[in-house]
Amino acid sequence: MGDARAQNTVRISIDGRPVTVAVGTTVAVAVWNHGIRRFRVGVAGAGRGPLCGMGICYECRLTIDGQPGRRSCLLPCVQGMCIETATESECTEPAGGTRDV
Amino acid sequence: MSEPDLDRSEQQPRGSGRPSDPSTESGDCLSGTAYESAELPTHQQLATTNQRRREFRSDARRALGRPAGERFKTKSGLNIVVVGGGPAGVAAAVTAASADPTARVTLIDDNPALGGQIWRQGAAPEPAVGARKWLRRLDQLGVERRCPATVIDTPSPGRLVVADAEGTSELAYHRLIVATGATERFLPFPGWTLPGVLGAGALQALVKGGLDVRGLRIVIAGTGPLLLAVTDLVRRRGGRVVALAEQADFSSVMTFGRSMWRSPSKGLQALGFAQSLWNVPYRFATWPARAEGEGQLERVVLVNPLGEANVVECDLLACGFGLRPNVALAQALSCDVVDGRVVVDDRQQTIVDGVYCAGEPTGIGGLDNALLQGRIAGLAAVGRSEEVRSLSRRRRREQRFVAVLEKAFRLRSELRSLPETDTIVCRCEDVTWGRVREFDDVRDCKLKTRCGMGPCQGRVCGGALEFLKGFRPETPRPPFFPVTLNTLAPTGASERTPASEDAPEE
Repeated sequence: MGDARAQNTVRISIDGRPVTVAVGTTVAVAVWNHGIRRFRVGVAGAGRGPLCGMGICYECRLTIDGQPGRRSCLLPCVQGMCIETATESECTEPAGGTRDV
Repeated sequence: MSEPDLDRSEQQPRGSGRPSDPSTESGDCLSGTAYESAELPTHQQLATTNQRRREFRSDARRALGRPAGERFKTKSGLNIVVVGGGPAGVAAAVTAASADPTARVTLIDDNPALGGQIWRQGAAPEPAVGARKWLRRLDQLGVERRCPATVIDTPSPGRLVVADAEGTSELAYHRLIVATGATERFLPFPGWTLPGVLGAGALQALVKGGLDVRGLRIVIAGTGPLLLAVTDLVRRRGGRVVALAEQADFSSVMTFGRSMWRSPSKGLQALGFAQSLWNVPYRFATWPARAEGEGQLERVVLVNPLGEANVVECDLLACGFGLRPNVALAQALSCDVVDGRVVVDDRQQTIVDGVYCAGEPTGIGGLDNALLQGRIAGLAAVGRSEEVRSLSRRRRREQRFVAVLEKAFRLRSELRSLPETDTIVCRCEDVTWGRVREFDDVRDCKLKTRCGMGPCQGRVCGGALEFLKGFRPETPRPPFFPVTLNTLAPTGASERTPASEDAPEE
């Protein structure tokens, strides 16, 4: 029974904390259910969360496995995924970063 | 010795007649001196865009304007590409593939799973029986699925550039069916950027994907039948809908309700919604004036035309001010777009040969309309004109529903005065209403404020400014969606795709 449960879940990390979620859960949902509302930091410094939920608005973008600017509402969680919210890299834009164009 | 005739004839107009041709041609537009220099390139731009469009259309006529079954079928069958895996796209792909077994049908969608928003499948699947039937047919017929993948360019008729996890690739088509659906319209009001304020469709999508709303106090606001569907869903998942604010008047909503009874499937839907609205504080002619909270949403102020304000404490505000057809791809393909809708004939054929359009891009009509138009487009694409004609009566009936829907949930003018000077309009670049307000031209506004130049490329503020200022969205330039340079040139500089020529700017 424990095996069956393990097969239907994946383990990810959100801001360094280990979290177990159901297979197929999108990153945005996992982060929200973890209690986080502030996904990214806007240009003027205010916190932002998901708006459109379907990949249009880019408000839910997060740093996933070191890659900034990923749309969390479109990405399903996979085993071992490392998710960082409201990262500095999003607002300060490091030189040579892989920011989406 | 003398100049060739050709040159002289070109020069003739300049010497003869009125001395100031340019001013008589466009004098009216240039009367405002302050904008004189800023407006000239816009007109030129328009001319070149129209020129390019005409060229694309005539190229399409040459390349794709042959009736199905004449030439393509003799060898390897038609290549049919459907963009958009919602009901319209799925119906189009299934119908085309079953009507013409020699056709090679490819279905592209940018979500990981097909079904679009209404048939969204997630971690907690909904019992969408209709969806399962169509999706099963898709596999039985051998339709090739490409998702998640995004069309980022339309270099010439018959060719698309598609980006996916592996990079970009070209996809050839003889027939293209555009079924790109619709997105929600968001309107700015003070506090709408607070985390916890999201779209009504967004809440629906996220809850279907497993978002936990148990015990949360939720306000649902905006306009249209979508609000009822969202209310129904979140209540079934344990959320507490503390207010449902519809901006339209009670009488308009009732007119709409009566029209739903005319169709059996819609009548049942209406009945279901009516049942789920039991005990929900449903207010008409009411809209959110502001959202407040420290760092995240805590309360919403709802107002009505009498100026009465009502403060509602809540954890979530889901608001959607109607749906907007996604016409960007159709625009890029040089299709005619009037009043934000793609122009099609009875066969879902756009004015560009070989290009069809089905579902919400032709006007917001909901599930039944999308399925029907998808079927018609699929049949038309493989040249089954008689079957297309047999569906025309049903098509007209659905078209009437589109008109009723639009009229009943028209946005009221009071919503135009919601944003205040410091209210953010462009969420990507944090451009305020105070800065945007003064502009009369969308291009001018964009260049001087960066409004609409962020990652969403105006997909959010575009809908707001269309309503607030009457700005028409511009024809998109490739890449239509942000892509990483890595996607464009995966293995260094050696591989050149057509898309990489249009270096993305920012």
